[in-house]
Amino acid sequence: MNIKAILLIGLVAAISLGSCGGEEKKETTQSEILKEPGDNSGQPVATTSDPAKGIGKFQNVELTHPLDEKMVASGKEISEVKCLSCHKLSDEKLVGPGWKGVTDRRTPEWIMNFVTNVDEMLDKDPESQAMLEVCMVRMPNQNLSDNEARAVLEYMRKNDGKN
Amino acid sequence: MKRFSLILIAVGAIVFAQSCKMKTTEAAVSGDAASKVYVAPGKYDEFYNFVSGGFSGQVSVYGLPSGRLLKVIPVFSQNPENGYGYNEETKPMLQTSHGFIPWDDEHHLALSVTNGEHDGRWLFANANNTPRVARIDLKTFKTVEVLEIPNSGGNHSSPFITENSEYIIAGTRFSVPIAEQEVALTAESFKANFKSTVSFVGINQQTGNMGISFQIVLPGVDLDLARAGKGPSHGWFFLSCYNSEQANTLKEVNSSQKDKDFIVAINWKKAEEYVKAGKGRKMTTEYYHNVLNEETHTATSNIMKEVITLDPNELKDMVYFIPCPKSPHGCDVNPTGEYIVGSGKLAALIPVFSFDKIQKAIAAKTFEGDYHGIPVIKYEAALHGEVKKPGLGPLHTEFDAKGNAYTSFFVSSEIVKWSLKDLTVLDRVPTYYSIGHLMVPGGDTKSPYGKYVVAYNKITKDRYLPTGPELTQSAQLYSIEGDKMQLLLDYPTIGEPHYAQAILADKIKGQSVKFYDINHNKHPYLAKGEKETKVVREGNKVHVYMTAIRSHLTPDNIEGVRVGDEVYFHITNLEQDWDIPHGFAVKHADNAELLIMPGETNTLKFVPKKSGIYPFYCTDFCSALHQEMQGYLRVSPAGSNTPLKWYMGKQDTTAVAAK
Repeated sequence: MNIKAILLIGLVAAISLGSCGGEEKKETTQSEILKEPGDNSGQPVATTSDPAKGIGKFQNVELTHPLDEKMVASGKEISEVKCLSCHKLSDEKLVGPGWKGVTDRRTPEWIMNFVTNVDEMLDKDPESQAMLEVCMVRMPNQNLSDNEARAVLEYMRKNDGKN
Repeated sequence: MKRFSLILIAVGAIVFAQSCKMKTTEAAVSGDAASKVYVAPGKYDEFYNFVSGGFSGQVSVYGLPSGRLLKVIPVFSQNPENGYGYNEETKPMLQTSHGFIPWDDEHHLALSVTNGEHDGRWLFANANNTPRVARIDLKTFKTVEVLEIPNSGGNHSSPFITENSEYIIAGTRFSVPIAEQEVALTAESFKANFKSTVSFVGINQQTGNMGISFQIVLPGVDLDLARAGKGPSHGWFFLSCYNSEQANTLKEVNSSQKDKDFIVAINWKKAEEYVKAGKGRKMTTEYYHNVLNEETHTATSNIMKEVITLDPNELKDMVYFIPCPKSPHGCDVNPTGEYIVGSGKLAALIPVFSFDKIQKAIAAKTFEGDYHGIPVIKYEAALHGEVKKPGLGPLHTEFDAKGNAYTSFFVSSEIVKWSLKDLTVLDRVPTYYSIGHLMVPGGDTKSPYGKYVVAYNKITKDRYLPTGPELTQSAQLYSIEGDKMQLLLDYPTIGEPHYAQAILADKIKGQSVKFYDINHNKHPYLAKGEKETKVVREGNKVHVYMTAIRSHLTPDNIEGVRVGDEVYFHITNLEQDWDIPHGFAVKHADNAELLIMPGETNTLKFVPKKSGIYPFYCTDFCSALHQEMQGYLRVSPAGSNTPLKWYMGKQDTTAVAAK
């Protein structure tokens, strides 16, 4: 063995360390300890073959007709605390896109997955990534529970004049 | 170069290292040390190590075995970095009967225990200068309570804890007259007036809240360190003391005249009985009790007016003195609770007392006399044995689970491992330099985790790159897994570490709070969503209900404030995700910044001195548009009538609020 060989081994070791560091490690260590209710980032997530539904556990969201007014009221309340700092009810972009028409642009599953599985969606879902390029701010994970996310979806439907 | 010559060089290096052992500092570290302390990127340490900050007044948190600094928890000193003691919510934490005190000297820590083992609920800390104890919540790593101790000076023998966290203790090191009397400073006056109290601070097992259950009033001696009994000795407390000479000047010489001072043995179960029977004396005094409410995120101060004192001269069978050579410092109880190790700073031996023998001596009244009316047990009657010629200047002792003790030696700068069974010295390693406290993870509990001993050294000298006259203090990590101790790592610390504690990370890491649920935020000035942001004038006080979220503050333009106003920025962080704090600073603010955790509300008081425009901004890099997270406050001259106005973006929040 000569110096070149030793250097080569060192280099290979450095490269392999570099290529498997960072993000992946961080995810596993975080998911080990995140246990709060409403925190979905640590849960195993079902993947889907339908890109329109995004990535997450919501594969079939049943919509109510007419709208569930109780959910609408609760969704409004939640949105005012956790969402409307960055989203307007009109189609105007503030920090994030305006909500007008969102229930036409996206499937209910995509919306639910995006709201509850923010980081994975922003990392892997092409539609979410395209929006990130427009907004340049990662949507904060506001730790909505499944029920809270569903209520916000109902409020979005109301905002879009659905019934 | 060929493989053979490489090996030759390696061998040569090892031989060289061994040949100059103990001559250079790095020589003491053997080859596999690095792998034993290496924690790969993204991996966690095995232990949380809580370290007292000494004159910094704070507590630092390290990971072991890596020695990585994880956090500094502000406790007894203001911390401009996150606004502790500067913002309106935490100012009450540092209130005392003598007003706001922004600094203290923090020496010892005690993790809460159940059945003598760490339970991961709380960490207690002492303040030596202005006598206080504090409680830190191990879910949030925040100081949540500070209790002042009256009738004390130099709260040093504190906050050592009983087996089931019934009490933490607060013993007086600088004896003082009771009730803060002003008396003459003469030898006669000292002997007549100066006392040393031992306060038993009861812990509410549900809330953790602290309260002084009773104070035992002892003759004026310097109570130094303390340990609660455990197992068979549960119900007793042991404290070391020096200055049994009761000198009040040139103590360096005058407090070292006698051959022996004392270990004070207190039967606190007996004291409890006396209190229950109404034998205590209620004394009027004044001390502060400061508690942080985790729902309002705000601390309040209660002024306490009374303590119960117990006099051992009247109430027998409660306190005994045991002679201990010379000027004892450490007073440590082994894991089984049977042995009490006294460490005389100036002694050439370490006495080990037996709890069983102490009990027999008390029953048989094997006393050599009394000290100010308190029985003094005969030295030999209490003694289990002596460790002969262990080293110079023994200070503190910790234990492993295998029946070994580890004592720090300040003068001879070493750790000595010895056997409790036959009191023989088994091993010794040098420390760099002049070790004070030492800590084995769990080494003061019934079940030490063992594995390491950490030396907290007083002198650093040449261990690190020089940084001018003032150097950081050095900690050193040794493996104690084998028969011989092995130096693994040096690392710098903050302040001056005294005692420390370490707990298995698995016992607390899962309970760590990631953010505060905004729906549980009951701060009186909460803005729960941007809809609730507003600016309200009350006389010359202006309250700004502001929100922060990536990446804007609402409102971000404020007008109508005048010179002479007090502006209170109440900032609510609307984020609900881990590790997304927002900072807040205003130009020319004369206190500090805020660092607001997700879901929390914090308040910065700002009193502008001149008219003008004052930019404010987020100080904690939060997103790609963090630099844009800024706004303006317009301050008009005193008496002007600029209308109160505020907004963010196109939203005229003023109009909304006026509706």
